[in-house]
Amino acid sequence: MSTLVVPRCLVSRRLLSSTDGVAALTAVALFLALGIANPQILSVANLFDLARNCLVNGVMALGVVLVLIAGGIDVSFTAIAAFAMYGTLKLALGTDMSMLAMLVIGSAIGGALGLVNGVLIAGLELPTFIVTLGTLSLFRGALLTLLGTTYIVNIPPSMVAFGNTLLFQIRATTGVTYSLPASFLILVGAAILMAVLLRATVWGRKVYALGGSELAAQRLGISVVRIKLAVYVLAGTLAGLAGVLHAAEVRTANPFDIVGTELNVIAAVVLGGARVSGGYGTVCGTLLGVALVTVINTSLLLLGVPSYWNKVAVGLLILLGTGLPILVESWQSRRR
Amino acid sequence: MSAVTPAASSAPADEVVLEVVHVSKSFGANRVLNDVSLTLRRGEVRCLAGENGSGKSTLIKIVSGVLGRDGGEVRLLGESLAADAAQRAIDLGLCVIYQDLVLFPNLTVLENIAFLRTVRAGERVAHWQAWRAVVERTIARMGVTIDLDVRVEKLTVAQKQLVAIARALAANARIIVMDEPTTALAHDDVQRLFTLVRALRTDGVSFIFVSHKLEEIFEICDTITVFRDGVVTASGPAEAFDPRHLAQAMTGRLLAEERLAHPLAAMARTFLSVRGLRRRRAFDDISFDIREGEIVALVGLRGSGQRELSLALFGMAPADAGEIRILGETVRLDSVETALARGIALLPEDRLSEGLFFERSIGDNIGAANLASYQRALGWLDLRAQARAARGIMQDLRIRAANIGVPVQRLSGGNQQRVVLARWIERSPRMIILNGPTVGIDIGSKREIHELLLQLSRRGTAMLLLADDLPEVAALSHRVLVMAAGRLVAEHDAATLNVAALAAEIAAGVGAA
Repeated sequence: MSTLVVPRCLVSRRLLSSTDGVAALTAVALFLALGIANPQILSVANLFDLARNCLVNGVMALGVVLVLIAGGIDVSFTAIAAFAMYGTLKLALGTDMSMLAMLVIGSAIGGALGLVNGVLIAGLELPTFIVTLGTLSLFRGALLTLLGTTYIVNIPPSMVAFGNTLLFQIRATTGVTYSLPASFLILVGAAILMAVLLRATVWGRKVYALGGSELAAQRLGISVVRIKLAVYVLAGTLAGLAGVLHAAEVRTANPFDIVGTELNVIAAVVLGGARVSGGYGTVCGTLLGVALVTVINTSLLLLGVPSYWNKVAVGLLILLGTGLPILVESWQSRRR
Repeated sequence: MSAVTPAASSAPADEVVLEVVHVSKSFGANRVLNDVSLTLRRGEVRCLAGENGSGKSTLIKIVSGVLGRDGGEVRLLGESLAADAAQRAIDLGLCVIYQDLVLFPNLTVLENIAFLRTVRAGERVAHWQAWRAVVERTIARMGVTIDLDVRVEKLTVAQKQLVAIARALAANARIIVMDEPTTALAHDDVQRLFTLVRALRTDGVSFIFVSHKLEEIFEICDTITVFRDGVVTASGPAEAFDPRHLAQAMTGRLLAEERLAHPLAAMARTFLSVRGLRRRRAFDDISFDIREGEIVALVGLRGSGQRELSLALFGMAPADAGEIRILGETVRLDSVETALARGIALLPEDRLSEGLFFERSIGDNIGAANLASYQRALGWLDLRAQARAARGIMQDLRIRAANIGVPVQRLSGGNQQRVVLARWIERSPRMIILNGPTVGIDIGSKREIHELLLQLSRRGTAMLLLADDLPEVAALSHRVLVMAAGRLVAEHDAATLNVAALAAEIAAGVGAA
């Protein structure tokens, strides 16, 4: 379907009135502004760097946007990612487990933890924010008490090899090399799968429907509980996958990693047009949002801005990215 | 009950699509439907008429399989419907369009229309092209135009209703039940809706139309079934009814019940005086007085501006122009605080959303409106004094509960209403605006609330009463003001009021303005 080839959020007819349209415009404008301020930012080398930095957050964000579309919120995904990462490497320690097996095991651990969220939220109908706030702490505590607190440095050779597999490599005139790791393909693949799921399957449309109006979904005979369960399992699976990718990227498994970035990821997803109130969000917008937050976090440094300003910039962007569509909309409805 | 005969002229085929046979339903000791029977034929538009709480909504829920029944049978297109078979009812082609429409605001018109059909068919892949084709065909069949790619949240209420109808049609609905479909519509939109209903009727679609607006019932319906207190009081072709007859069947009374209101004291001062009050798109040129202790009823079709006027007098949606005097002094009621300071209280229409904190105790609810009077030094709240006062009021109003700690949600409707009233009585208001004070309350509690209001009236509290129940209005009030299209169109002395004539006058209201 052509809509999958050309990202819809970039060609929308109603660019200003749609949330992801505004997000896309903001992102593009910001890229250009930063590029003008420091042309190095738009260099291929830096874009590779950007892609590398987006990787883990991007995969997690795909799960987060799914949860947000369904009308929920998840803050536990970083704990799931860390648990899955450390658990997988603990299992793989001393073995010659293949990378594929590790990715599958990590995803499975993530999916299982996601199921815990799903059962509490969909099965027992507990409030989604409170549940995931609880499981964030629960999963993290379980990781540190049950699995351990020491770094795992001697990661399996297959993971080292995977980390060294590059799609492209560029040697800059300064002698520094920039490369795009093969794991980037996993983000691309996950994004395409998620986009197809959301856009081209009835299940995906039911997720949007559920987020738009749970009452209406029930009255139409949509099995709300089953969809919610699947959504949290899927989000957990993606978080687990992201955890293993993180380990491959940094070549260690540090149980203290990843947790703490959840608000950054949620911010990126919201910037990408998803609404905390549910029913809105796209894969394309989400990736743009992640790229935007990553650009701010890395590029301001290149511009010589002290890193503390990153948080200010991200905060301003969230207010702008979510506030602008609302203002545009109320302005339009006043004019009508 | 008169015999049910189809309006042969408008029913192209005689096929019976829905049969309700001797259906009964009770909630606890409360019998809400008692031996109800009716039939619906192909292409027939049948109106279920009746006041709030007469059992219409319960019947709809039973017919659509959402609610079980205690006895009787529902036959849908020849198939006997098991109780609690909502999915089966949809599959057989019965679609209920609820007042709140239950659409997905975040999805496009196209998807909203295609959704029910898709879900029912158990499709897995989103066939956008095929959906578009089906939806375009449905829209063409309805003879309307609507942008399929706009999100439903951007539509007007009338457009949303079209989407809801299209959704039902796209899912091959053969019977469409519409619950008070015209409540939120402007006059033109109502006409457009009726044109559509007529077109679809010729196409073989049957309608059940729930309404209590007399003139609309006569305009659109072939047959009428009238409910009162869970019983069918009349049924037959629309031609067999006239407005007076229908009003009588709905209310059960032609004449006012015994006069409850007592004569006003001759010395009663004018409390509220309104001159030329206006609020854009709500009401215009409103002038009237209310004396101390006087109960003035404000009646009219829903949406004639009564609610807006009452909110303006409570400062919630202030008037744009005009003069308000309280005891001769010109005042500006531009906020709830100023209205409260002038001794004006409001009993809201919807206890659920506007009046009560449902999980909190009776005591907390009574105290909530005047926390300030129990506040001591340093913001300390004197809970004992509050509880003492609440207990006193609970006894005065005969609120039936074990103690003041009982959460309000566990009380009956009548008792809940008394808690809301109690809150305002504690403030000793000079005037109370009452919006449907006895809606959804059983007969016994109604009496007690009437007495309470009369007691207040004797103590000199002025009252503005908004209500649909005309016999009640006639019994309780001193004067009746009739509103239509935002203006006052008539005034009656309640003591000599003819309720049937008033009902006819209200029904004709739109034209008179």
